[in-house]
Amino acid sequence: MALSSLNPSNVLGELGRLANWFKGDCLTSEEFAGLPVTEKLENVQLLDKYNLRNPSKGTLYFATTHLIFVDHEMRKETWILLMHISTVERLPITTAGSPLLVRTKTFQSVFFVIPRERDCHEMHQTLLRLSQPVHIDELYCFHYKSTPDDLPKSAGWNFFDIQTEYQRMNVPNDQWVLCTANKDYELCDTYPSEVYVPARASTAVLLGSASFRSRGRLPVLAYLHHNKAAIARCSQPLSGFSARCMEDEQMLDLIRRANPNCGYMYVVDTRPRINAMVNRAAGKGYENEAFYENIKFQFSGIGNIHVMRKSLQKLVETCEQNTPTMSSFLSGLESSGWLKHIKSILDTSWWIACAIESGVSVCVHCSDGWDRTAQVCSLAALFLEPHYRTINGYQALIEKDWLSFGHKFTARCGHIACDGRERSPVFTQLLDCTWQLLRQRPEAFQFNERFLLTLHDHVHACQYGTFIGNCEKDRRDLRLSERTFSLWGYMASHLNEYKNPLYNPKAHPDTLRPDLTAQSIRFWRGMYCRHESGVHPREPLGDLLPASVEHCSALDHHINYLAKRINTFKNLLSRRKDDNNKDNAIVNYRNGNVNSVAIEAKTEELQIDNKFIYESGGSLSEMESANHDHPLKETSANSQSTKPKKIPLITEKLDASLPASLALLEKEVNTVALDWKSVKNVTECSCSTPLDHYSRKHHCWGCGRCVCTRCVRGRSPLPALASARPAPLCAACSPTSPPPAPPPHTNIN
Amino acid sequence: MEFIELIHINKLNGVILKYPRQDNIDGTVCITGHHLILSSRKEGVQELWLLHKNIDSIEKKENKPSSGITQGGSLFLKCKDLRIFQLDIASSTELNLMAQTLENLSSLQDPSLFYPFFYRHMNPIVENGYTLYSIEEEFTKVLATEEWRVSRANQNYTMCSSYGKAVVVPKNIDDETLVAAATFRQGGRIPVLSYRHTNGAVLMRAGQPLYGPKHRRCRPDEAILNAVVAIGTKGVIYDLRSTNSISQQQSKGGGTESNANYSQWKIYNRSMDEVDNQQLLESYSKLIEACNDREISCDKWVSKLESCGWPESVRNSLHTACIIAQHIHQKAEPVLVHGTRGEDATLLVCSLVQIILNPDCRTIRGLQALIEREWLQAGHPFGARHRCGPYAAGAPRAAPTFLLFLDCARQFLEQFPCSFEYRQSYLITLFEHSYASQFGTFLCDTDQERQSRGVYTQTTSVWSWLNQPGELPKYINPLYDPTPSVIWPSVAPMSYVIWEELYLRWMIEQNTEDREEQYKVIRSREQKLRSQAQQLRRELFDLAQQYYEPKQETCDK
Repeated sequence: MALSSLNPSNVLGELGRLANWFKGDCLTSEEFAGLPVTEKLENVQLLDKYNLRNPSKGTLYFATTHLIFVDHEMRKETWILLMHISTVERLPITTAGSPLLVRTKTFQSVFFVIPRERDCHEMHQTLLRLSQPVHIDELYCFHYKSTPDDLPKSAGWNFFDIQTEYQRMNVPNDQWVLCTANKDYELCDTYPSEVYVPARASTAVLLGSASFRSRGRLPVLAYLHHNKAAIARCSQPLSGFSARCMEDEQMLDLIRRANPNCGYMYVVDTRPRINAMVNRAAGKGYENEAFYENIKFQFSGIGNIHVMRKSLQKLVETCEQNTPTMSSFLSGLESSGWLKHIKSILDTSWWIACAIESGVSVCVHCSDGWDRTAQVCSLAALFLEPHYRTINGYQALIEKDWLSFGHKFTARCGHIACDGRERSPVFTQLLDCTWQLLRQRPEAFQFNERFLLTLHDHVHACQYGTFIGNCEKDRRDLRLSERTFSLWGYMASHLNEYKNPLYNPKAHPDTLRPDLTAQSIRFWRGMYCRHESGVHPREPLGDLLPASVEHCSALDHHINYLAKRINTFKNLLSRRKDDNNKDNAIVNYRNGNVNSVAIEAKTEELQIDNKFIYESGGSLSEMESANHDHPLKETSANSQSTKPKKIPLITEKLDASLPASLALLEKEVNTVALDWKSVKNVTECSCSTPLDHYSRKHHCWGCGRCVCTRCVRGRSPLPALASARPAPLCAACSPTSPPPAPPPHTNIN
Repeated sequence: MEFIELIHINKLNGVILKYPRQDNIDGTVCITGHHLILSSRKEGVQELWLLHKNIDSIEKKENKPSSGITQGGSLFLKCKDLRIFQLDIASSTELNLMAQTLENLSSLQDPSLFYPFFYRHMNPIVENGYTLYSIEEEFTKVLATEEWRVSRANQNYTMCSSYGKAVVVPKNIDDETLVAAATFRQGGRIPVLSYRHTNGAVLMRAGQPLYGPKHRRCRPDEAILNAVVAIGTKGVIYDLRSTNSISQQQSKGGGTESNANYSQWKIYNRSMDEVDNQQLLESYSKLIEACNDREISCDKWVSKLESCGWPESVRNSLHTACIIAQHIHQKAEPVLVHGTRGEDATLLVCSLVQIILNPDCRTIRGLQALIEREWLQAGHPFGARHRCGPYAAGAPRAAPTFLLFLDCARQFLEQFPCSFEYRQSYLITLFEHSYASQFGTFLCDTDQERQSRGVYTQTTSVWSWLNQPGELPKYINPLYDPTPSVIWPSVAPMSYVIWEELYLRWMIEQNTEDREEQYKVIRSREQKLRSQAQQLRRELFDLAQQYYEPKQETCDK
């Protein structure tokens, strides 16, 4: 599910238990869907911009983590995670009441009309307070006590470590070594404690270079290609109009020499020339080609964080138009400049990737080297290295280029109340650029759109500690790995949801060649219009294909069970015939052995053909498989996804537990559905929870119906599956689970 | 006239063909009456066969003289299928001869000289596409209601020159009334049945009423319309023009129905002027110009998309169709649609309404039948409309109305990837054949003309070819899972997607087909496993029966 714990159909499953810590503080013992509710406002209207004349009327609940609007009549719920709220705006009073516009960082905008002005005022104040804590310790992740999958807190924190990541690039080696000078962040406090530098760089050079770079962010290795060309990253030099630094010049020269195949290297300043010029006046600036030997310097013109923030703001306004026409939408899109910025980031990244591919090292910087530099370094690596196009590879890329190299997530996402000018959608742009590539070359990526949206949700949600803080040192100081859960742990136990059924690792074994003409850069409707359920394809392939794949997996397990049962009966029958009627040997031979050989062959063939299988099962086993899948634990991560998964052979237990009668056998066989209901045209779950475009739709393996996350909580092994793995079941099919919980709206009344 | 008079040069060696995203080909050009053939001596290089009719415009660019004498130059052949070829010719004389020859051959107007009359289909034809979709069969269910009948009043095309021989009209209206009503409708295009929905509500179409400045009225016309409205209810008339455009037409003798004379009808209008007045070509040209510009910036690209107006035309067509379909499906009201002539916007909207309402139109053959009914028999002048593509200077009556329809269908496929039996490549094939083809289906302007020129007897129908077992499966959507009900597309601007597989196919590598192959693999695996499981279940139950009820087994023996 894209929204993981953040969306209505899932919250019950996940937040229900974990919000208990709030209970003590609650003035009221009222609960909504398992969440303690602190406040409640009745007769609130929710305006639908496409249907202004018919607002939905309902009750607004303030839960500890969410703002929930429930339209009892229409059985519609709107959930907003408080941490996702970006702005709350009061608009002029109308006859209907006081309007309040709530916008989220996930591009949802909700328009409430509250009958009493005083309530509106209070609500405004409360939302402002709750959505932007003053102290970092107030963030959700520090209170989040348990995950729905009962994962240990440590799960995920040890998935990625820098040394292993560099080892994958064969670093350290003759040219590049691990530098211990930053062990306690004395060289640069926004860098990782472990940085990789040219082997021949002396401590004096490192110190000198760091002192000549903005915030001490000296040039270090970001990515090493197999042809020895490297991407190095740093911040702008403190060159001013004429200053120079021998050590820094030496440092770049050493980086150039670390690539023995080329006599020169590129230095790419990702800023527009004018911005770099302005910085010179402040004693910063860019490298002078005359001082640095054998470098080719160039600007690439990506706008700064303020340009990007304003651009996104315009884009959001365009999406929020009340009655958009084609013309107003397209001109809004054009004037936002968003696509232009996305293209400039991709162009620069592709340029760098091409340079690296042709064997020339590139040193990249912008101003501080933590925004644009992070974008282009990681995208260039994404072009060059297929590993980064896998789920774990992409996460590792974020760990390396963004988290450890000090992208200021807390500041850029506005996790806590701070200067609004520090906020900027830099990471959103990384995801957007990635989506552009995913759209063009879906076969190159192990992950799907849901994966990107999940990342985007969690970067802002602060439910997990992963993206808290502005650099590695912050995170260490906050002891996040002890105090909070890791997003990677959560995601590892939901891998199936992020897998792209079209992924074919053989399709792009080397560099991914994109098409970066303007015509190929698209508006990402799935991100910026995600909550406009009406504008998306009515039969989303993102749901249909994974459902087919999962169905195949269920059928596979079932077929194995059937084959085994058939064999058992054949053996039993032939044994009986041997005992009872020894004259009938020929019949016996015909009925028994020959057929069973055929069946075994069939099963064999199925196993080979298993490449699209998704292992689906209990959270714990998934967790294990995720661990196996992990790049750190296996030499080749790609092989895992294509390798036919071995279906566990039937155990003796199955033979022993032969049903006592034909009717019982039929009952056993029918615990698994052959046909699954198509996810197309499914608008609500049987519990009447609406299933919209992005809600995750599950299939019950027992009856084949399509249900919501709330209803699929029961998982248990089915007798008609040749695997002890617990299968997802709806409440009705689940033998052990309590009777289905009544839908939330009846709960309240 | 003989082709030989037009062909000034029929063979030329050493021509270099340049083509985006491909290596240059050095080869020999041969000119026949219908094709330009470029073959290379190199192994593995495919011959290029280009129908002259596919050539939209020819641009000649002579090399700049370096030493005073011009030395050859290039011909840019811009095609109606949107390709642009560059032919480099070394000698200026030959360059000019070639240009003249291609100009002559590509600008032929006489349909009897077109390739379909010369083409002989190789494979035996299983079903003749020209007789495949008869009006009686298409309207079987409608005729069974006893409310409608097939009228042959137009048998000799005297009532309406642009309709087919047979039309479906209300049962209780006789042919005399029809003929009388024809004088009141533009081009004699009386209101006829287009589609009858499952709830009994009908969609009809016509030409504009000749209301004129003198406020004419015509009782027979009113009789036809009133025949479909039940007592106490009202029908809906949609005029697909702006009020401006309507009043302009009224001064010329046309106009729209008056409320007074058609009291049983509510009269609305919704502007699709650009389609109805055949002004789409410019919009299409601008779109393609923007698509072909590889250096264009993002801002420019989006701004050109907006200013060319094509996306808005697509959205507006869908939107209009949705509104009309709502009248029919949700309110069960009969709807009459017309514009000025009723040969462009009217047909477009009627077709789209049927895609929304009628699951049959979402099948391969259903789309053929739809095109046959709503475009070919209904008199969309393909000959005139498709004379020019986006690159030509333009001809008076040229307009890509049919392409707009296909583009709208493509939007449906995007939003409902499972509800259609065909893939988008089917739409592209139809697009290509509607502009230049070896088949006769899209020749001429009307049924009458096709009849008199012998199209039906002397050429092969494109359906005959498409429906061959070797051809048809290529177009089947692997995700097809029919939706038995109506489908409502989103008409929000952000739902529009550019048809990149068509407009951008020569510029940007397309991988839609590979993706569709992947879908097929996944889907067929699912189906295979399902039937396997079913078979094994049967086998298991058989064995179990033998085991649990052994006595029965002994009895069998």
